[in-house]
Amino acid sequence: MAQTEAERGNQTADDQSRPRWVDGRRPTGDLDEEIFAAGFSGDVVRRFWGFVRPYRGVLIIGLIAVLIFAASTLALPWIVRTTVNDILASDEGGTSGSRTAMFWMVGAFAGAVILHVLMGYLQNLVVGRVAEHILIDLRRAMYEHLQRVSMSFMDKTEVGRMMSRLQGDVAALQEFLETAVVSVGDFVLLFGIVIAMLIMDWRLALLTFAVVSTLAIVRAVWLPIARRAFLYSRQTSSIVSGALAENINGVRVVQGMSREHVNLELFQEKTDEQLRAAKRAARIGLVMIALVDTLSGAAMAIIIVVGGSMVMNHSLEIGSMLAFILYVQLFFDPIRSITMHYAVFQRAMASGERIFEVLDVPVDIQDKEESEPLVDNDGSVEFKDVTFGYLEHEAILKNINFRVEPGETVALVGPTGSGKTSITSLLHRFYDIWEGEILIGGKAVRDIELSSLGDNIGMVLQEPYLFSSTIYENIRYNKIDATREEVVAAARAVGAHEFIMRLPNGYDTPLEQRGGNLSLGQRQLISFARAIVADTKILILDEATASIDSYTELLIQQALARLLEGRTGIVIAHRLATIRGADRIIVLQNGEIIETGNHDELIALGGLYARLYSMNYASFDDIPDDLIAEAVEYSRTAAS
Amino acid sequence: MGFLINLLKRLAMPSAVATATGGAKPATDSASDSLGSWNVLSRIIRMAFGYPWLLAAGLVMILLASIFQLFIPLLIGDGVNTVEEVLTSQDADMDALRWSLVTIALGLLVSAVLRGVFTFGHMYISESVAQQIGYRLRMLYYEKLQRLSFAYHDRVHTGDLLTRGLLDIEGVRSFASRGLLRVVYLVVFVGTGTFLMMREDWQLALLSLSFVPFAAWRSIVARLQTSQGWRRYQEEMGRLTKIMDENLKGIRVVRSFSAEPYEMDKYDTSSNEAFRRAYRLVTVRATNLSLITLAFLGAMSLVLLFGGLKVLDENDPFSLGQLAQFLAFMSILQNPVRQLGMVVAGWAQGATSGKRLFEVLDEVPEIDDRPGAKDLVITDGILRFEHINFAYMDEFGDEQVLTDITFEARPGHTIGIVGPPGSGKSTLAHMVPRFYDPTAGRILIDGQDISEVTLASLRRAVGVVEQDTFLFTTSIDNNVAYGDPWAEHRSIESATSNAQMNEYIERLPGGYGTLVGERGVTLSGGQRQRLSIARSIMLHPQIIVFDDSTAAIDAATEQRIRAALQEVTADRATIIISHRLSSLMHANEILFLEGGRILERGSHAELLAQGGKYRDLYELQIRPEDSQDPMGSGV
Repeated sequence: MAQTEAERGNQTADDQSRPRWVDGRRPTGDLDEEIFAAGFSGDVVRRFWGFVRPYRGVLIIGLIAVLIFAASTLALPWIVRTTVNDILASDEGGTSGSRTAMFWMVGAFAGAVILHVLMGYLQNLVVGRVAEHILIDLRRAMYEHLQRVSMSFMDKTEVGRMMSRLQGDVAALQEFLETAVVSVGDFVLLFGIVIAMLIMDWRLALLTFAVVSTLAIVRAVWLPIARRAFLYSRQTSSIVSGALAENINGVRVVQGMSREHVNLELFQEKTDEQLRAAKRAARIGLVMIALVDTLSGAAMAIIIVVGGSMVMNHSLEIGSMLAFILYVQLFFDPIRSITMHYAVFQRAMASGERIFEVLDVPVDIQDKEESEPLVDNDGSVEFKDVTFGYLEHEAILKNINFRVEPGETVALVGPTGSGKTSITSLLHRFYDIWEGEILIGGKAVRDIELSSLGDNIGMVLQEPYLFSSTIYENIRYNKIDATREEVVAAARAVGAHEFIMRLPNGYDTPLEQRGGNLSLGQRQLISFARAIVADTKILILDEATASIDSYTELLIQQALARLLEGRTGIVIAHRLATIRGADRIIVLQNGEIIETGNHDELIALGGLYARLYSMNYASFDDIPDDLIAEAVEYSRTAAS
Repeated sequence: MGFLINLLKRLAMPSAVATATGGAKPATDSASDSLGSWNVLSRIIRMAFGYPWLLAAGLVMILLASIFQLFIPLLIGDGVNTVEEVLTSQDADMDALRWSLVTIALGLLVSAVLRGVFTFGHMYISESVAQQIGYRLRMLYYEKLQRLSFAYHDRVHTGDLLTRGLLDIEGVRSFASRGLLRVVYLVVFVGTGTFLMMREDWQLALLSLSFVPFAAWRSIVARLQTSQGWRRYQEEMGRLTKIMDENLKGIRVVRSFSAEPYEMDKYDTSSNEAFRRAYRLVTVRATNLSLITLAFLGAMSLVLLFGGLKVLDENDPFSLGQLAQFLAFMSILQNPVRQLGMVVAGWAQGATSGKRLFEVLDEVPEIDDRPGAKDLVITDGILRFEHINFAYMDEFGDEQVLTDITFEARPGHTIGIVGPPGSGKSTLAHMVPRFYDPTAGRILIDGQDISEVTLASLRRAVGVVEQDTFLFTTSIDNNVAYGDPWAEHRSIESATSNAQMNEYIERLPGGYGTLVGERGVTLSGGQRQRLSIARSIMLHPQIIVFDDSTAAIDAATEQRIRAALQEVTADRATIIISHRLSSLMHANEILFLEGGRILERGSHAELLAQGGKYRDLYELQIRPEDSQDPMGSGV
């Protein structure tokens, strides 16, 4: 490796000979993990079978095709042998009878050829298609499962890792299935060649095996070396890719700091190493060609000398000698592919374990049999003695009690970690509570059908999350029955219509990755419009903390007002303007409600809220942690 | 050859279209003309000629490998003939025949070994040359990307540049590896093979070779169809990946809207399309493989039949050994013919990839050192903007961004720039280090026009702290010392203390060695901006520009940073761009920008007194709750 972790550590200020470098993205795969993959796992195979089962009928056809294919492959040299022995090298050569026999023999040969071709076609088609089907099924099963597993699992899960399971691991199982069927054919072919040779002459056969089977031994030694070389080469090339990617992404910094020369030198080191590694991998890989050639040459030489002498002694027919030569050529491919398949098999076992691990994640939160959709929702929300935490014995919310009347706007205020976000997550039943009850429209959340929660409660996240489709599709989102007029009206309501119309394709402008071509403020307005189209009775809004310029800020404040019109609003508020405008403020600290009331009442109370307010920051998030701690301390002593 | 050109053109088309719409416009139309398929390929071939000795050695090895490979069927035939002689003639000299059998076997062994060695040799040389070409292209590409100006990087998508740097270099490499020497090998091998067979028996030779045209055609068609199908499959897979990735990353949105069924629909649509495309690929592959095999084995049946009849014919001297020779010839000819498709696909790939690559390599940086440019000499450190105009040129036409901007920043002074989004503030900042050149007007530093001095000296003198902080995937100290890679730890520490980051960094488990960037620890926006400030002040620039670079830092910390920087910037000019007035109220001069023009200018007190737009903004920011009532609920 160009730069190992140890070397990195050595890079300190006293090493002045080399510049400080930038690593670039690190390759993800671990070399040893890939080489020493898992062994056979009965469990994986058994569960994989569950996915193969629906196609077993077709697969059996494929398997039969594979067997006939192998048999017809074997038959071809055999027919040549018979032709030579019985017709061409026999004493009755030249007679009209032998000419007719010749036609028959070639007819048989042609028949075998047709069988060979047809079965080859069938085998490739069937196996390829079934593998493709299973790939699709597996991935869909995983993806669908991920849509249902609990939020606490998703919180812990790195999306990148999950994606590699959905793609790499699933593809590994697909490859395994394809090779597994082909391997059966290879084994049958090898076995058949051995039998055919033994029938023709067991002495010459054993001699030939002795030479040919060394290939298996040679490959057993060569394969790990070659794979290590290839993986290393791949790794160096992904280091180079990482460095290139980093430089493209950071090109403005590079130029701004005039680091071009240093970077070029460091990049050269990496590409040098890549070049070395790639050449080495090529050398090791190509050596096999020379080895196989040598072995096949040796095998043929033996057949010519030993077999030839046997023919001269009349202990072997000349056609059989020819067949030996033809069979030897057939020997190498199956050996090569079988040894290769072993690696595929190992990889598939490891991948299978990872896939089934995901499929085994239990679905904690699901509808009960008696769950009903929420229909006559008046828009009220009530928390009754709710206690909840993410980890056992670590309650985040303790005995929370409050009620939000239909149409009321409540601001949740409190320092980071006070439980504001947890309250909103519970409304959607992302998690189940430990104790107490949450009622929406008078009905307990856990008795409501999950799918109807989304129809009743809307949510606007702190970081607006958009998808890379058009603006129109983003605003409409899953309400596919919404008309274009509704979408435009929603955009107008939040003041997004003007800037959308200024975009090259208006509402049909595709958004780049997560709306990268829009400013933060604009993304926020789009997510507001999306909530308006969803048109839910209850709206949860996590106000953005990121600083937005005052002009956009004004737009957003106005949009917020439109958004909350006629809805029950629960706002995780950060900006004083928002907080002051709420009907009621709930101040949370350490998972408990410590103050509630409107702005004036809370100021009069002189507690934590009043204290924070008096610090005169435009947003509660601007207040540094130490000042918050101070305020908390102050309000506590004042209370006691 | 004509149909090949057409095929190549067809294959090159989709990506040409993609390039045109993907934003990566070639510099001029004439440039794209010079990048026709043949020009591109010949440019790559010329690169290969940079290794003449390797190529010569490769050619010799190809010749030798072909010859020894062709010896093998010949020797097999001889072996069979020798053996047969015993059977046909009674008075054969057994010892002599045995001896010749041993010689033949030895010859066979030696030929096989040499064939292996030389095959290894020429294939390795091919790969070596290809790797060297890839290496050179990679270095050139990297070098070029670092020099191409901001305007280019604004225009061309990062992902597109990355694809070119990774996949297209790989495409050219694989063309060089499989498309150059391999062609010579195929021609030499098939040519000599044909010649040898023709010498034995021209009728049977024609019969044996009858499968070649059909197999070659199918192999090429299959390859081209496959690579096209494969590309289409990959495209769909790319879409599917995006759908899954965005779904998982936005799982909270998905669930809060109860959009799982909608998301499953989206997934299924794309997944089924990918499946259809994969299915088609399987069919194309299976069909063509079988057709080629059928042609080959069909020809073999005919050879067996007519060869057999000739052996039976007493008047024909054609021997059993010769028949064996023909059969052996055919089987070694089979693989090279099947490879033809690979070669042609390699050419198509080389032409498209090469074109995309050369497009970037041929691009001329818009901003570069003038010939004979001198280093910037700092005497006082005065920056002057003189009647600067700037317009962006993009596909929607010109867009005037800045008009008639004039101001002067003196050492120790601070210029504040404020204005609504899109007023041209950032563009102005980017003109100081010449990230963009003005369309009219001059920018002077100590009386020297910055377009006349070397870029390196200019950028050393000017530090811009950007709005979006890009951190590299490396340790914190390496990031801070990015512009000064030989910096000592002391100076890194002093820069981070000034940026109010030292304490935080030291509290991290890994301290200054903590990895940040894409795969490192997650820093908040404010922390990233503070690192970026440290990174810039490390270099002690004479002129320092803060481009809205404290937006995510809380007001109190910003205050502390400013106090700390006061000392450092005492004898330097500072430009602060911000939409937060508290960040620039203290500036010596404040410029209020709107629509690219300076609308108001003066000190904070003067501007407030003026009662213009600046004052409106001040009212809006300092007392937001009094100026409007967003909830409409009354206070």
